[in-house]
Formats: sequence, C-alpha cells, structure tokens
Amino acid sequence: MTLGKKHWAVIKIVVFILSLMPFGWLIYGAINDQLGANPIEALHFGFGDWALRFLCIGLALTPVKTLTGLSWPMRFRRMMGLFVFFYASLHLLVFIVLDLSLSWEAFKDEVPKSPYILMGLLTFLLLLPMAVTSTKKMQKRLGRSWLTLHRLVYVAGLTALVHFFWLVKKDYTEPLVYAAVIGGLLGIRIVVYCKEEG
Amino acid sequence: MLIKTKAIILSSQITDRAVFESRREFIKAATALSAGLMLPSLGQAEAGKYADVPVGPYSAKLQATDREDVGSYTNYYEFSSNKKDSTVLARGLKTKPWSVEVVGDVEKPGVYNLEDILKDNPVQERIYRFRCVEAWSMVVPWIGFPLGDMLQRFKPTSKAKFVEFTTIYNPEIMVGQRSGVLDWPYVEGLRMDEAMHPLAIMATGMYGDELPNQNGAPLRLIVPWKYGFKSIKAIVKIRFTENMPETAWHKSAPNEYGFYANVNPEVSHPRWSQSRERVLGSSIFTPKRDTEKFNGYGAEVAGLYSGMDLTRFI
Repeated sequence: MTLGKKHWAVIKIVVFILSLMPFGWLIYGAINDQLGANPIEALHFGFGDWALRFLCIGLALTPVKTLTGLSWPMRFRRMMGLFVFFYASLHLLVFIVLDLSLSWEAFKDEVPKSPYILMGLLTFLLLLPMAVTSTKKMQKRLGRSWLTLHRLVYVAGLTALVHFFWLVKKDYTEPLVYAAVIGGLLGIRIVVYCKEEG
Repeated sequence: MLIKTKAIILSSQITDRAVFESRREFIKAATALSAGLMLPSLGQAEAGKYADVPVGPYSAKLQATDREDVGSYTNYYEFSSNKKDSTVLARGLKTKPWSVEVVGDVEKPGVYNLEDILKDNPVQERIYRFRCVEAWSMVVPWIGFPLGDMLQRFKPTSKAKFVEFTTIYNPEIMVGQRSGVLDWPYVEGLRMDEAMHPLAIMATGMYGDELPNQNGAPLRLIVPWKYGFKSIKAIVKIRFTENMPETAWHKSAPNEYGFYANVNPEVSHPRWSQSRERVLGSSIFTPKRDTEKFNGYGAEVAGLYSGMDLTRFI
C-alpha cells in the first residue's frame, strides 16, 4: 500500500508531537518541582541530551536509505534538523537565562574559563546558518551551495561530541555512546563515498 | 576583611531561601500532618537517633537545604557517577557492624569498632555550607565530632605529618568500583594541622538522624573549607604518615584536583570557573551566589596556609 499526501501530513504531525514530548516533560517537571535538587542542571542537561539525540536521528536517515533502500525516512530530515536546533537553542537559553541569570559579568567570567562552553557555543553557531536556510525557498535560492552549507552538520556533530567529552568529570561512558553512534553514522558515509569513488 | 566576609554569609540571600524553605516546610508539614492522622506512631520515628544532640561551636546560622535534596544529589562514584543512581544503589551497603583500622605512625594502632569510637567521642550538630568542586553548594546540619579529638586518642607519633583516609572497597556492592573511573579504593588525606583544626569533623549523621548510606554512612569526613571531594565517605582505614598521601582525584587528574583543594573563587578549575556556585534547593530563577574563599571559613583557617601560594598549591 502506498501512502498518499494526506497520510504523510498526518504522520508528520504525529512525529512532530512526539518530538515535542521531551520538551513537555521537562517543562512540566520544572513547573511541578519534579526535577530534583538541581532543576537548572536537569533542564540544561535534558535539552542538551535531546539536541544530541535528534542529531543522531537526523544523521541516521541517509544511512537508513543507503542500507535499506527505503526513501521515506528522508521526508523527516528537515524536521529532525530543526528539532536539533530547537533543543540546542533551549539548552543555550537555559544556560544564559537561568544558569547565568542574564548577567553579562557572569558570562564574561565563566565562559572564557570553560573550553567546553566555548565548544558548545561554536556548535550552536554551526547549527544557526542551517536553521536559517532550512526553508524550501532558501534551498532553491542557494542551489548547490545549500548542500555544501548543510554539510556543516557533520562538523557540528563532531564539535558537539568534543563539547560533551570536555565537560564530564572522568566518567566518559555517556559521551562514548554518542561518539560510537555519530562515528558509526559518519563512517557509513565515508565507506559509501569511497566505494562510489573507487 | 575576613570577618566582613563571614558576615555576608550569614545575612545575604538567606531571606530568599527562608521564603523558599517555608514553602517546602509547609508542604512537608502538611504531608506529615496527613500521614500523622493516619499513622500516629510515625511521628515518633521521625524524631531520629540524634534529635537531641547539642549544637557545637562553629555551627553556622544558615538555613539548611531541604533534606530530600541533600539525600538525592550525591557524588558517590563507588556506586555510580550519576547522582541519583548512586543514591539508590548505596542502599545495598551494609554499615553495621563497622570498624576502622588505624595504622602508621601512631602509638595506638588497631582495629576500632565504630561503637567504641562513638563512646569516646560524643556527637554534636554542626551546620556547614558544603561546596562541591562542580560549583554547587548546600547547607547541611551534620551530626559528628571533632576529627582532631579522635585522632589525638590514637596518639600519633611526632613522625606523623599527614593523615590518610580510605573508603571501604567492596566491588560486589559498590558496582562503580568495578570500572576504572578512579583508582579504587578512594583515598583522601589532610595535613596534620588541617586535621587537628576544630572545624574538621567526622560525621555520623545529619538532620538529627543517622547518615543515609548515600551521604557516606556510617562514618565520613567533613572539611567545610575544602571542596566536597576531600570529605571522604564510608571510612574503614586511617593511616598516619610522614609523606603526603596520594589522593584519589589528584591521582586521576593532577592538574585539575590538588591535595589541598581549598575552596577558592580566585583559582578556577582548568575547565570551569569557581567564582560562583549554584545553591541547591533554590528556585530556578535565583542567581548563583558568589563563592567565598575557604567557603567562608577564612577567619578560622586562612592561617594554616600563610606563606603558601594558593594558586600553586591547589
């Protein structure tokens, strides 16, 4: 059975709502004092984790197509990419508004002392132009350079990992899991590229 | 100057916290009340083992952090590097019976039962601010006794320049010890004069009751002017020694965690600032508080380090 335009519209709405659920849980938890002893950290890490998870999902769509021949996952590429940006923006917003309390003095003091925060900011700056040019209109206008620009996502994946590795205190289990996933997804692309070239 | 700093601890920002706490206290009181109506006996159990302990000297007049928060946000890598997981996993540790082995440059070495140690060292309450190296802090009403008093009873010899503490090694229960995140068992240490300082205590309880396992039961160190990782948990061994002990975090990352680890807003961790700290239990819109040198205990302990360059001796 092939799905029509209408079906896909409904499926997209369902995926959209599912993707918003982590946001809903975290905000609900914050309002109801259910985020434990350090709610700012819980929000901050929660949004950061989900940005990274959506990045993994987004990076998995092309390899799924390559390996299985299924093309429908590609329909969700834009949405997944924008959710990466959504959660990364919230992650940054929690840092600036809640952790630093919008204090320029705190920003000036704390950010330069933290290589991992600088790496996080760099990652956000890499995501920003992709989010801005994510519309169909921009895609058309930029033509081939749109594709080049959006290859920035590979760089952002790597800087996000470095950001994570640099912040943890000794136990690298979590960033290693993400490194394995992102490494694998980028690795598949390299293998495919080499085969096509060779 | 230092005295002025001390005054700031006692006044600033407490009002805010008091308001916050009163809200939680209200919720707790309401819960306790409704529980009490159903099960009147619960009220007595709530009183706790150390409910009538006298307040000791140096106890700060600070509003204590919510007990729930202190008991659910612990760095206990022996169980997990996740603060919540370690809380749950720590329940499996058996803390009775417990004994402490005393060795090294000391006249009265031996294995001491914890009950005997407690007989010789009457407990008192000490409310201290606890500042973690991860830039958060909480205020805990510890129950304990002065570390120096206990150490003196073991009669350290003149050779003893340092004292080293070791946490129990039990990878069957302490599942975090099965991985090589740190070199187990956890070891911490103090210079003799630091250990003899009356602010340093051995804690066996908090909030008028016994220590929960996740907070270091049955016996832990509390050195309030140093970062939390110095305050080693579940101590089974005390060694007096001539040489500076190699401590767990220092061994794992010598450029990040020093032997002294005095709280110092002027010296950042290589990866983050130490100028401010998140006060646990405050609302998400409360700004961080400015960290104080020696965690606010400068008037008492700064003299221990006179002539030392604290940017070098981290």
